Amino acid sequence: MTLSIQLGIIVGYLLFALVIGLVAYRMTERTAEDFYLASRTVGTVVLLFTTFATLLSAFTFFAGPNMAYAWGPEWILVMGLMDGIIFAILWYVIGYKQWLLGQRYDYVTLGEMLGDRFASRELRGLVAGVSLIWLFPYVMLQQVGAGTALEALTEGAVSYAAGAGLITLFMILYVVVAGFRGIAWTDTLQGAFMLVTTWIAFIWVLVAVGGLETATGTLQNSPATSEFLALGSANYTPQWMLSTAITIGFGVAMFPQVNQRFFVAGSKRVIKRSFALWPILCVLLFVPSFLLGVWAQGLGLEMGESGNILPVILSEYTAVWFAALVIAGAMAAMMSSSDSMLLSGSSYFTRDLYRPFVEADLSERREDLIARVGVVCFAVATFFASLYNPATLFELGDAAFGGFAQLALPVIVALYWRGTTRTGLIAGIVGSQVFYLSSLFVPVIPGAYAGWTAGVVGMLLGLALTVTVSWATTSVVEERRSRYFEGLSGD
Amino acid sequence: MSRAEFVGWGIVGLVLCMFAIPWFLWGTETLVAGLPLWIWWHVGWMLLASLVFWVFTKRAWGIGIETDAGGIQTANGTESGLEERGDSP
Repeated sequence: MTLSIQLGIIVGYLLFALVIGLVAYRMTERTAEDFYLASRTVGTVVLLFTTFATLLSAFTFFAGPNMAYAWGPEWILVMGLMDGIIFAILWYVIGYKQWLLGQRYDYVTLGEMLGDRFASRELRGLVAGVSLIWLFPYVMLQQVGAGTALEALTEGAVSYAAGAGLITLFMILYVVVAGFRGIAWTDTLQGAFMLVTTWIAFIWVLVAVGGLETATGTLQNSPATSEFLALGSANYTPQWMLSTAITIGFGVAMFPQVNQRFFVAGSKRVIKRSFALWPILCVLLFVPSFLLGVWAQGLGLEMGESGNILPVILSEYTAVWFAALVIAGAMAAMMSSSDSMLLSGSSYFTRDLYRPFVEADLSERREDLIARVGVVCFAVATFFASLYNPATLFELGDAAFGGFAQLALPVIVALYWRGTTRTGLIAGIVGSQVFYLSSLFVPVIPGAYAGWTAGVVGMLLGLALTVTVSWATTSVVEERRSRYFEGLSGD
Repeated sequence: MSRAEFVGWGIVGLVLCMFAIPWFLWGTETLVAGLPLWIWWHVGWMLLASLVFWVFTKRAWGIGIETDAGGIQTANGTESGLEERGDSP
């Protein structure tokens, strides 16, 4: 019963998404800019929800409640600070400037924007290369997750490889056909779906349990959760909470699929509205979603085989069809995040690696074609990697947010300090990446420094390197500094 | 935009980051209407952040980024055209 409902909902969703994709395809011009950025015409609702869904989808449904279940409700504060405030401020500091520059010089990727300013093909390739090193394993993890989930859902009737393969095939089909416009539309539906179902689940469980005070009261009575109500714990130290909020908050802004959304707004007004509504949207989702995880612990529910707590509490206190709906929705959300990553990953590859280094003279039509071929190659490669799921890639995917966070400060310095030089920026990027990778793979480099994570330390190192090396070197004649500092105006 | 305003908004941003987690309630477990007081503080703080961001978009948007020299011309038209586009999915 549950199985057929879940499968029905998933298949129904996929078909629905395909219809949306086809509608989007009919509206699409055959240019790379339209394929990647919907020609920079996105409105407030779509921008808000596509960013929201890309950033938060599967994480909010699964990992967030799991975290709150294991460690307590402080996770609400960490996520609120990280996504609701730090990311919002970066949306202005990095995102708005990127949008203005993109409008003016038609940039499609971060690497393109930096490479142009510093007149350096190598810098452009470096930014894209570093991003792909982190993105590739992260996409692979999504496929591993989807394959595992399908196998568990069908109780082995669909094997892991077949499940991951089917999902990959669908993703390729969808992304190649729909492009950014279609993805943004399905994201919008998903974001709204996610918000509404989370609140229904929250109220449903509350009514079943007997109210807010009873639900929280169970936390005081259980030894496992007696510490949950006091702010802070052995796990939630101030250093850890801040390190996590800072690295993930900055990392998110450099994640290709999020960073590329900085370019897509149709007008300044769209960015302003999204920016002001953002913290409210975050808190509206985090509080109910993570409290469900916390209560599951207080109510003494076991995590079970799926490794996720949300399905457990939903099956315990709500109707079968509703639990199935939420789980299917969460899987769909996971796929749509992968769609976005696949699209931006392929844009970094074709625009910043293929075009500058292999075939410089591309017509718009041909670039559009190569963009779609890039999607296929990227997806197939991550699929094959997911079949083997090598330990190194797994670890890289797991640390991806920290890896992207290393890019943020050098990029901000480049955007705002006229004295930044090409050598300085390259030194900052390479230095922080080498340090962060070493902290993961070289045993003598520790992962924590007086409670602060290597992610934060690496960010500071990148900042220091960018500034000191820029200061010690002079800018090259052909650099185009004025591009970032003159004539930028939204009015 | 004056330098004082620029610095002022920078401080506002830092304060918003600093007190999203109510450090002064560290270790307390006072319950208000069934939830710890520190969760209510956080909810209120996020609403305040939205309000502050909204005021920022009205009064100081562009600070530190836009320069006064010249408007931004795009392939699709002038900046007045930019304001009109979008807002439909």
